[in-house]
Amino acid sequence: MNEEKKGSNGATVLLNALHLEDVDVLFGYPGGAVLPLYDALLDSPIRHVLTRHEQGAVYAADGYARVSGKVGVCLATSGPGATNVVTGIANSYLDSIPLVVLTGQVSTSSLGTDSFQEVDIIGITMPITKHSYLVKDPRELPRVIKEAFYIARTGRPGPVLIDLPKDVLAQENVESFSSEMQLKGYKVFGIGNNGKSEEVAKALSECKKPVLYAGGGVVTAGAEGVIRQLAEKTDLPVVTTLMGIGSLPFGHPNLLGMVGMHGTVTANYAVDDCDLLIAVGVRFDDRVTSGLGHRFATKAKVIHIDIDPVEISKVVKTHIQIVGDARTVLEEVLDVMPGFTVPQVADWWKQLRVWKNDHSLSYDLDRLTPQMVIKCLGEQVSENTIVTTDVGQHQMWVAQYYPTVNPRNYATSCGLGAMGYGLPAAVGAQIARPDDLVVLITGDGSLQMSMQELGTIAQNKLPIKIILLNNGVLGMVRQLQKIFYEERYSHILLEGNPDFVKLAEAYGILGIQVDSSEQVLSAITEAIKHPGPVLVNFTIAPDEAVFPFVPTGKEITEMIVR
Amino acid sequence: MLHTLAVLVENHPGVLIRVAGLFARRGYNIDSLTVCQTEDPNVSRMTIVVYGDDQIIEQVRNQLSKLVVVHSVTDLTGESVVDRELALIRVEVSVETRSVVLQTVEVFRGRVVDMGRSNITIELTGDIAKIDAFVHAIRPYGLLELVRTGKIAILRSDV
Repeated sequence: MNEEKKGSNGATVLLNALHLEDVDVLFGYPGGAVLPLYDALLDSPIRHVLTRHEQGAVYAADGYARVSGKVGVCLATSGPGATNVVTGIANSYLDSIPLVVLTGQVSTSSLGTDSFQEVDIIGITMPITKHSYLVKDPRELPRVIKEAFYIARTGRPGPVLIDLPKDVLAQENVESFSSEMQLKGYKVFGIGNNGKSEEVAKALSECKKPVLYAGGGVVTAGAEGVIRQLAEKTDLPVVTTLMGIGSLPFGHPNLLGMVGMHGTVTANYAVDDCDLLIAVGVRFDDRVTSGLGHRFATKAKVIHIDIDPVEISKVVKTHIQIVGDARTVLEEVLDVMPGFTVPQVADWWKQLRVWKNDHSLSYDLDRLTPQMVIKCLGEQVSENTIVTTDVGQHQMWVAQYYPTVNPRNYATSCGLGAMGYGLPAAVGAQIARPDDLVVLITGDGSLQMSMQELGTIAQNKLPIKIILLNNGVLGMVRQLQKIFYEERYSHILLEGNPDFVKLAEAYGILGIQVDSSEQVLSAITEAIKHPGPVLVNFTIAPDEAVFPFVPTGKEITEMIVR
Repeated sequence: MLHTLAVLVENHPGVLIRVAGLFARRGYNIDSLTVCQTEDPNVSRMTIVVYGDDQIIEQVRNQLSKLVVVHSVTDLTGESVVDRELALIRVEVSVETRSVVLQTVEVFRGRVVDMGRSNITIELTGDIAKIDAFVHAIRPYGLLELVRTGKIAILRSDV
């Protein structure tokens, strides 16, 4: 498809190139600089979902990408449109989510003159994009689009931004151009194992207290199946990061839970005490290591498997390093395992079970609690249900209590921790998978950062179920102020909160109010049964806190358990 | 310690800011950076002298390699290389100091490329130590202006 019909303008060439990349939906918001593109969209088979804010568009594209495994695409105009997608780009960058972000730009003749709605979005986003392009000639568009999608989805995925001056989109009679990629400097690392599978298998067969530590790279590579096989064949205990939730299904006997700041006691003790740590698709983030890389898993031989060579030995000193795709690498390890003895881990499991019994997660049953709501929801929905969350206490409770069995059914803002992510991410998820139930679990602080997207839900009749855990405060900040600032609560009360049930109804969304634990089950079943969107407002106590809790700067064994 | 990296990059506008921005963001210290076209007009070569221990240099190399515009990164440190720097140095001269300054220039095999009533401009090529030594020697006579290109380096051929 290197030739284009005579008579196409830049915008049409762009949309055709997107179509060739299998793009079925754009999340966007129009404006002056992208008028030629919006005009061409009317004649394109590509669907456009109008959000209520450009930030919603980029989060929706991110949610779409996480639950579908495809590249998410969003579109904003120049200037304020472009700056409004910045937080979303940072969010996708930190979580390695493949995104192509299209921004309008002033015409090439006006570039650099501070003209109306002009910002240097390439400059602004350079530290948070995997790559970016300023297209100055529409004949470059087929090549640029092809390269952008290739870069976004290969290796360690990430966002790629394409800045599109208005005259480039509007130029008529664009003809004869090539879509051949010119990426001499782009390297995709590690297809193979460099013969290190035997080393891993040997280390595994010789250890007594192994732990596998799984992160987002497992999800990207689709390695959850092979992790399960490895775990079951060698009776390997598994901990996950927030990004890695679902690497082993919730409830699997080998799963010790999440590791790190709000991880389980067992997971944290296990990582601290293990003699072999197999780290797969992780970057030893400070929410896992407490920022104490040199004191993390100090008794262990550390094997680090990651597709990005930059991550190897960045934080923690490792003993075996493998740069590669998590699935390919682990499949090769599985292949050579029969040549080695299975590790003797019975004593290790005895210890792990003691910790598990002594420190299981728990909450009060005699009143309405957020944990109870999440647990009840988990019992009522099918395995294909997608859950998105915002950021804060509710996010941690979901990580602890929601039974995620497939990592692609779970979308949350991890590295950036961006409040306001959940609702637009649910929009993207529902568009990507229209036949699956999509539930947003959020708090009253987070929801109000993207509340305008209720209009997007209403307009597109998306049957998203919103579980609002409403405590009237910024709960996570309150919890930190309670513990570290002697209950000097500073600016965490959300006293101007609306009546969320009435607000939902104003958008034509069913609103349900829940005040007591007895109402939880019936409210959740009613929400699931309702064919359209629903918001259930659970009024919970502001004092509810997330435990366990590793204070910043403390080792992961120094948890506040309750 | 100081490492000398030879970095081949695409010869496009905006490439320098990607490289420089990476160093600034990650807190790596650039000692010097030179960049110009190579034998291939589509490719520029940067010679970056950077300070750091082995772990930092490994990070620098990996981070640079990740940039889509970077074709290759070679650490020339410890390799057999020819390296040169060019300096233009303006020195104050009086009737009393003129001859000793000119003698010093000769000892260092520099060239006088401009001469004014009260100062001369010297062109000097050599490795960094030689230029440092010359600057040290000439400073007492009145160093007015100093321009250095920063180091460029190339691997020696196999004999």
